[in-house]
Amino acid sequence: MKGQTLEITSVAFAIIIWEIIARIINRKIILPSFLEVVTAFLELVSGDELYKDILTSLNFFVIGMGAAIAVGIPLGIMMGWFKTIDKAVDPIIEMIRPIPPLAWIPFAILWFGLTQYAAGFLIFMGAVFPILVNTYTGFRNTPKVLVESGKVLGCIKNRDLIFRIALPAALPSIATGVRVGMGVGWMCVVAAEMFGVRTEMFGLNTYGIGWKIWHWYALHHMDMVLTYMVILGFIAFVIDRLFRYIVQEWWLKWQAGTVV
Amino acid sequence: MLSIKNLNKTYHTEEGDEVVALSDITLYVADKEFVCFIGPSGCGKTTLLRIIAGLEEPDSGTLTVNNEPITGPGPNRGMVFQEYSLFPWRTVLKNITFSLELKKIPKSEREKIARDFLKLVGLLEFADSYPHELSGGMKQRVAIARAMVNDPDVLLMDEPFGAVDAQTRNRLQHELLNIWEKKKKTVLFITHSVDEAVFLADKVVVFTARPGRIKEVFSIDLPRPRERTSFEANAVREHLLATLGAEIQAAID
Repeated sequence: MKGQTLEITSVAFAIIIWEIIARIINRKIILPSFLEVVTAFLELVSGDELYKDILTSLNFFVIGMGAAIAVGIPLGIMMGWFKTIDKAVDPIIEMIRPIPPLAWIPFAILWFGLTQYAAGFLIFMGAVFPILVNTYTGFRNTPKVLVESGKVLGCIKNRDLIFRIALPAALPSIATGVRVGMGVGWMCVVAAEMFGVRTEMFGLNTYGIGWKIWHWYALHHMDMVLTYMVILGFIAFVIDRLFRYIVQEWWLKWQAGTVV
Repeated sequence: MLSIKNLNKTYHTEEGDEVVALSDITLYVADKEFVCFIGPSGCGKTTLLRIIAGLEEPDSGTLTVNNEPITGPGPNRGMVFQEYSLFPWRTVLKNITFSLELKKIPKSEREKIARDFLKLVGLLEFADSYPHELSGGMKQRVAIARAMVNDPDVLLMDEPFGAVDAQTRNRLQHELLNIWEKKKKTVLFITHSVDEAVFLADKVVVFTARPGRIKEVFSIDLPRPRERTSFEANAVREHLLATLGAEIQAAID
């Protein structure tokens, strides 16, 4: 209870400082005040724009993350378990991995057009490597004694060893990878949308949280820009907490401490 | 019966050196015999046990269990490791049913079997706990149950009680003997402790310092249950300590 009081006081204090500074500067375009942002937010919530923006961004996110998980985890497993695959694939990955995902924007647009798949591709490029590397590391760090225990108990085939021993042992690491990947992926959502990538979900209009930041910036409505920024952060926070909860309750209940 | 004839094992280090781990090991172990391996650190006893388990291959020599050659891990040999080796993502019960799942034994049946073994090691009320909730001694008891559930002929134990405190260790030794008497398995048990060997073994195999050879195979004919501090036990202990002492000195030199 005491900790909570402190947290609330701290946040309230920061908001008051913000409000005071905004009033001193007194230029909405440099720093909108807290009250202005709240007003903008309330206005936004009462309309039907916001949910379309959120759905659009989540749509991109799900496409990209889905692909990153579908590629990153199996590839990480193969590389972590089979040395030859590791040797063959690793140099290629190490060539592509250092390229910042946003550098793929031109190709994303040329290959996929301004569609949801271009956004998905960008998010994929951002999220796949953390997932891959953490899956790989998790597999590599499977305690030898667990693999050997499995072997003496009759678990001999690679397939059995992978799915019954190495995969569960690597789950904490894989969960961390997905979590880091989601962080990078969400960043890429904003970048993709700023380039006008859009879905056809809602007709010909462009939606998306990242897009709206750009849109309102062009109109110099910085209170709206800030509102969308806060929403962006809030959704990332919710996704992260949700993921953590699911992982903790379903995947990793067996763990002694909190890892992710 | 377990039979080892002229077995050799040499390791090659990355620098290109050769380390002879086991040299010309010949050993016969009768069914239902309790054998302790004892010797200085690094004498190759663990290597021998791992070769018998099928986790490593010898360079030369023959190795059979019930006249069948050992080519890899198999259900006729179970192993309890020195480190805690329970699968942390499985409950105690599910750890024990692991090998039964691989054998495709139906769920209700394998859980019944597992509960019987849990009862045997006195941990029935911990069936649904996770390994991290157990003490070190309890973990090793579950590991024993997990190895036993597969009904192996030979139980290989690599210093299983090395990491538990002295009191727990004494209790675990008692329990192990109880299980051994009930289930009548052949047990190969590595230990550093002469006391442990004298309390447990029918036969003690003393290894030399590297390269590991068998220095002496010593039968202990004391009646069971044994008195740890009886005159006879002390005499055996004295003899083993003297034999071992020379080797430990050699290992240090």
